[in-house]
Parts: sequence; structure tokens; C-alpha cells
Amino acid sequence: MFTYSLLAGLLFGLYFSLIGLGLNLIFGVMRIVNLAHGDFLMLGAFLAFWLFTLFAINPVPAIPIAFVGFAIAGVPIYYLLVPRLLRAKDPEMLSFILFFGLAQVIEAVTTIAFGTSERSIPGNQLGQAIATVEGLFTGHAVDDGPVEIFGQTFPASWVASGIASGCAVLLVYVYLYQSRLGYLTRAVMDNREEAVAAGIDVHRVSAIAFGIGLGLAAVAGVFAPFMLGSITPAMGAEITITAFAVIVIGSLGNPLGTVLGGVIYGVSYMLMQSYFSSWANLLPYVLLIAILLVRPSGLLGRRVRRA
Amino acid sequence: MPKIARDLLLILLPVIAAFAVLPAIYSNHLLLFNFIIAMTLAQGLNIIYGFTGYLPFGYVGFFGAGAYGFSLAVMHLQAPPLLALAAGAAAAVLFALLLTPLFRLSGAYFSIANLAAALAMLQVVSNPNLESITKGPYGISLNGVFNPTFAYASALAILGATLGLVIYLRRSHFGMALRAIREDPISAGMAGINVVRERIIAWLLSALVAGLAGGVFAWYVSVFYPETVFSVEFTIFSIVFVLFGGNATVVGPILGVIVLYGIYNAVGISTPQYFQLIYGALIMGLVLFLPNGLISLLQRRGIDVP
Repeated sequence: MFTYSLLAGLLFGLYFSLIGLGLNLIFGVMRIVNLAHGDFLMLGAFLAFWLFTLFAINPVPAIPIAFVGFAIAGVPIYYLLVPRLLRAKDPEMLSFILFFGLAQVIEAVTTIAFGTSERSIPGNQLGQAIATVEGLFTGHAVDDGPVEIFGQTFPASWVASGIASGCAVLLVYVYLYQSRLGYLTRAVMDNREEAVAAGIDVHRVSAIAFGIGLGLAAVAGVFAPFMLGSITPAMGAEITITAFAVIVIGSLGNPLGTVLGGVIYGVSYMLMQSYFSSWANLLPYVLLIAILLVRPSGLLGRRVRRA
Repeated sequence: MPKIARDLLLILLPVIAAFAVLPAIYSNHLLLFNFIIAMTLAQGLNIIYGFTGYLPFGYVGFFGAGAYGFSLAVMHLQAPPLLALAAGAAAAVLFALLLTPLFRLSGAYFSIANLAAALAMLQVVSNPNLESITKGPYGISLNGVFNPTFAYASALAILGATLGLVIYLRRSHFGMALRAIREDPISAGMAGINVVRERIIAWLLSALVAGLAGGVFAWYVSVFYPETVFSVEFTIFSIVFVLFGGNATVVGPILGVIVLYGIYNAVGISTPQYFQLIYGALIMGLVLFLPNGLISLLQRRGIDVP
């Protein structure tokens, strides 16, 4: 029971890191709060659902489609909303309200378009993908049933989502620390004014970061039908809160802290589910408040508060 | 005539008189009651958001605390309604006191933590393990104290007191001090304002208003579920009403409630998603183009609107 909760928590923790990652990247670079994060995730989930239902496209190829599509869509959204915001007196607070409005718009439009019914993708779809990949490596056919790790069996979709989330986090790490654009992105994160003074095109860097943030949300959305249950247009708000809990535990504005936050969140969530299931829903809120009060800058963070 | 007396005469009196007379002419009393609650909550949120700049995303937590404080006092102590109303207000103020450490956080962090606190409160009261105390997720039914006429009058009195409070804040030194804190807490502190104390007083007053509104709401409807009184919609509506009219004004939130809540009741109930769309677009437009609300159009021309 304990090993099971721990391992399941780890898998879910990796997935939760992916959920928080996009939100944290956007906050880190632009110091704006994307309260519509969960709704972009929901849109990603719907994209995966329609790709599967209409064109029978497996969720695995849907991942790059979702990422590229949302990243490209993110750039015009950035130029439409953010530069105007950053000129205001208190951009952080105003962005909070603005993106809240955007969240409402997205949820309403999705409801009008698709209705409120719950939708899902059969869980074995990811299992088939994982079995195919395993078959390529081992050279013989592997069945798409549950996967066994350390004597515990887990649904193949959990394992696939956990692994894919880990890969996504790794790619973001490579982008930030090994590419030139990532180098510039970190410069903007560190100090916006000095980045401008050093001749960095801050808006271009921010727009790309914004696009990547939305793309990551969409990728997390592709796995949502397997990890979070059926998808509805109203699922966004709760996910936004979870994402916040994750990145606040890690630390705001530090994408790598998100992984720590996600794993802590995932493991404690699974342990709560196993031992105090009726109180498990309370966890994200209590964890969020506790961390904010004890260490407002998060576990890995430096000082963030000014006044 | 001092400005404060003029405001009381020209704003508070007509609003209260209208709500006192309308039930005789208009038969949908529940709608009128909802207007009173919406107006009270909008003004309560105005006290903390408009005057101090802290946006409480979990404002509904105090409303819910008030409703449950009222209900628990009635169910377990057989308290008379007015005493139970005091219990509801006390519950909300206690909850607010418990949350005062959140003021160590700035801006968005405060809002998120406050929302988390309200949702945590909902999880606690609706937990099936606490059924013997709060009735858990099965909802509360208070048949013993059902008295819509008396409850309506009490709600009206609460609205009157709240409007009076906001008019006082608008015209008094205390309200000025709060707005100074909102603009620049450090300069305000240098000017001799006790920043921490004044801010917390505003916070508790704001929670008190929501607690009273929640208590009287529980009394009036007398049958409700945890999700009803902890619905985030109460917070959202209040924020939009305040933003629409103009924060830190008396007239702004009243205008917001009359226009937007009026539209909501005309078209929103039958097609909520279209209304949500309009709301979201409205919020975005206001933040981008008119962050100080409709009233600021007049104020920019030098017209003093309370």
C-alpha cells in the first residue's frame, strides 16, 4: 500500500509538474498571472479528444500537434493583451483579473460549442502506444495491459503520462539552459530592465515564452483524460488552483522548482488518498496556504515579495 | 450641508426607500432580495478591494461562514434569528481574523491564498464526516425560523448600514488613510498612518458585511446546500459589479448591480453560458480600457461623484 502510493504519487507528481510548468514559465518571464491556464489545458484536452474521435489519431501524435498549435496561437494572444498590461500601474494584479476574464470567455465559448456533457478517451489508447514502443525496443510484441514497477501494477496510461511529462520537463530544461533563446529568456526572468538595456528584444522573448507556456498547458491537456478523469468545459478552474499549489510549493518563477513542487504534491496527494481519503480534497488548499505563509517564496525560491 | 449628510440623503435614502416600497408593487420578492444581497456584497468587497487594493478572491468564504454561523446557531442552540445573525457575523469575522496572516502576501498571492482558504472552508463544511454538526453535503433546512418579511427587512437594514459605512469611508479621514495605503503603503506609513491596523480594520469590516449578508441569506432562503453559499459566483459577481461602476466609490457598485444584475436576470438565467461570455469579455475590456469603471468617465471631467 505504501509503496504503491509512493510510486503512483511519483507518476502523478511528474504529471502535476507538467501542469504547473507552463504557468510558471509565463509568471517567471512576464510577472503576469495566467489565471486561464487551466482553461488552455482544457482546450488541449478537447483537441486530443476531437483528434481521436474524428480522425482516430492516437493521443501520442496529438502531443506535438497540440504543442505547436497552441504555441503559435499564443504569440498573437501575447501581443494583443500583455504589452498593454505591462504599461499599467500594477500589471500583476490587473493580469490576474484580465486572465480571469479570459478564463470565463474560454469556458463559456467551449460550453456553447460542445455542451456540458463529460467526455473521455479509452484508457488503453496510451497503453497501445507504450506497447508499440516497447515492442520496437525488445523486438517482440508486448501486450498493452497494466505495467509492473517494483512489484506494483499501474495502468499503462499513468506510466505513459508520467514518462511523457518527465520528457517535457527535460526538454524545457534543455531549452532554458542549453539554447541561446533560453539564455535570453533567463536574462529577462532575472531582470527585465537590464535585459532591455542589454539590447534583448524583450517582447519577442516573452511572446515565445508565452507560446511555450500555452503549448505546455495543451500537452498537459492531452493527458488529462487519462490522469484527471473525464473532461468538461468547466474543469479549468480547479486545475488552475492545482497548478498554483504546485508552483507555489516549488517556487514561483523557477521552472525547475516546479518539478519538486509537483512530486511533493503528487506523493502527498496519493498518501492522503490511501490513508485519509475523505479529507484528500482539502490537501491542495491547505498545502497552498501553509507554504505561502511559511515560505512565500517557495521551497527553492529567493525573495519575491516587495512591500 | 456637509458632504457626508448630502450623500446619505441623495444616495442611501433613495436606495433604501426604493427597496422598501418595491415589494408592494412587484411580486417577485426573491428577486428583490437577491438584488439587496448583491448590492451588499458588492459594497462589502468595495471596502476591502476599492479602498485597500487587496482583491479577496475568496470573499464568498465570509458569506458562507455567515450562512453556516447562522444555521448552526439556529439548529444547535435554537437561537432566535437576530441572535443567530450575530453568530453568523461573528463566524465571518473570526474567519477573517484567522486569515489576517495572509496580508503578509502581496497582490496576486493574497488573492490566491484567500481563494484557497474559501475552498478549504467549503471542503470542511461539506465533508460527510462532519454530518452531525454541519449536515455535510446534504444541505441545511431551517423551517423553524422561516419568516421572509422579517428577513427582508433585516437584509434592507444591513444594506443601509453597509451603504452608510461606505459613504463614511468615502468622506472620512479613515477612508482617505486606506486609499493612501493602497497607493503607497510606505509613504502612508511615513505620514503617520498605522498601515497594518487600518488595513485589518477594513478587512474585518468587509468580512462583517459579508457575514451578515450570508446570515440573512440563510434565513431568507432557509434551505440550501454548501455549494450554494460557497459558490465562487458570489465573489465573481461582486468583483464585476465593483469594477464596472468604479471602485472606492459609493455610486459605482450600486450602478454595477442595477445594470449588470438587471441584465443577468433578464437574459442570464435561461442561457448562463452566453452571460458568462459577456461577463468575461466585459472584465477583459474593463481591465484593458477602463480600469477605474464607468464613474471614472465623469471623474475625469472633474465632476465629483461620491
